[in-house]
Amino acid sequence: MLEPLVFYTLAVLIVALGILVITARSAVHSVLFLVGDFLLIAALYVTLNAEFLAVIQIMVYAGGIVVLYLFVVMLVSLKHAPELHADSRRLGVIGMVLALVVLVELVAIAYVSSTRSAGATVTRAVQSFPVGVQGGNTEELGWVLYTDYLIPFELVSMLLLVAMVGAIVLAKRSL
Amino acid sequence: MIDSLLVPLLKIAVLLNAVLVTVTFLVLMERKVIAWAQSRLGPMRVGPHGILQALADPIKLILKEDITPARADRWVFTLAPIMSLVPALVVFSVIPFGFDPLFYISDINVGLLFIVAVTSIGVYGIILGGWASNSKYPLLASLRASAQLISYEIAVTITLVSMVLTSGTLNLLGIVEAQRDAGVWFGFVQPVALMLVFIGGLAETNRMPFDLPEAETELTGGFHTEYSGMRFSLFFLAEYANIIVISAVVAIMFFGGWMAPFPNVSAFSFFQIIPGWIWLVWKMFLVLYVFIWLRATLPRYRYDQLMNLGWKTLIPIALVNLVVTGIVKVVF
Repeated sequence: MLEPLVFYTLAVLIVALGILVITARSAVHSVLFLVGDFLLIAALYVTLNAEFLAVIQIMVYAGGIVVLYLFVVMLVSLKHAPELHADSRRLGVIGMVLALVVLVELVAIAYVSSTRSAGATVTRAVQSFPVGVQGGNTEELGWVLYTDYLIPFELVSMLLLVAMVGAIVLAKRSL
Repeated sequence: MIDSLLVPLLKIAVLLNAVLVTVTFLVLMERKVIAWAQSRLGPMRVGPHGILQALADPIKLILKEDITPARADRWVFTLAPIMSLVPALVVFSVIPFGFDPLFYISDINVGLLFIVAVTSIGVYGIILGGWASNSKYPLLASLRASAQLISYEIAVTITLVSMVLTSGTLNLLGIVEAQRDAGVWFGFVQPVALMLVFIGGLAETNRMPFDLPEAETELTGGFHTEYSGMRFSLFFLAEYANIIVISAVVAIMFFGGWMAPFPNVSAFSFFQIIPGWIWLVWKMFLVLYVFIWLRATLPRYRYDQLMNLGWKTLIPIALVNLVVTGIVKVVF
């Protein structure tokens, strides 16, 4: 009884905050709503017993990335609120098409995962490990990442490393 | 119902009050210790030896007029101190004061990560406080503060990873258990990590010698220049609550938490009579004393020195420490 209640409360709040993010007048306010959104998503992970993911969500998104958003927003728009886009280069049509594609993808993912019950490789890999004493799945996640998914994991790490080097090269005028 | 709702609520109430009372007396302790370090007496007039100063200070802060600057962003200006204090207090929910379930509010498997994650939310209070004041110096101070926090957080987090390797768990209870089983406090196993966490903790709580966000000679008063009254005292509380959190983390991870020292030496067997939580509080106060001692002793860093220290010294040392810990763990 309690679980659906918690889920729907969280879901409504997440969507509401998401709407506030894009409708807020001040960019700083919308960044703040985004932080709230990320924290609620972390709460959603907790209800799914994914404590590790929840904490990482807070650490990386709420505590890291959005802080950088805030930096940029504060430094760019200190005095004037950004004006409404009125120019013809807005490319509204392409934006709509992209949004539609993403929507279709999301629906497809939801549909496929609901029909293939517990058939996904990830669930099986995780389920093959004993569940931790208090719903902790950190150790299992580590095992799966460093054995079954080693190559994708390393590829992602390389991607991040390249991005870091790229950022430093862009930011430094002379090395 | 009583067990699942009332008991945790009672524990939360007791712990929160304990933290807040500790903060008020910590301020008094700080003023006294600094005064003694400078051959002064410190507060003497309120109560015997100024002991009631701990009550006078909060009363003064509460009664003061709470001003909002005319061109400030009202909502964010009010939200900032709250966003700064709440994470600092939430962290206490995972800090254990003993093996018995009576002594902790929640025992989660990712306790250490939880502390890192929740404290990283506190930076919003500082950034937003500076921004919402709509004033030059607070904005500069808050940019400094957040840059400092983010930089030192990296070194501290990498060091915590090496501690996780040593103890084999992210659970704070598990870390103390690992020290009991190893028969040695991890402060002696990982002295480099202890130094890194301590220095990083000083920097993350904006303490001397890293109190650049409040460098009054350059920035008038730091990110909370425009704050007064209760909202100022929330920032103040958050700062001291964070210091207490750091001292608790250091005591639990490196000094055996609530375990009495020398359990195997019979001459010190009377140590075991003292309850564990008193040992933990005692160790925390020793760490807090070192914090204050450093404030009375060291001059403030320059900003570029601070950044160099964080990025070019602490992070490389933390990385090397992590690799060495991994090698030792594999070889032995």
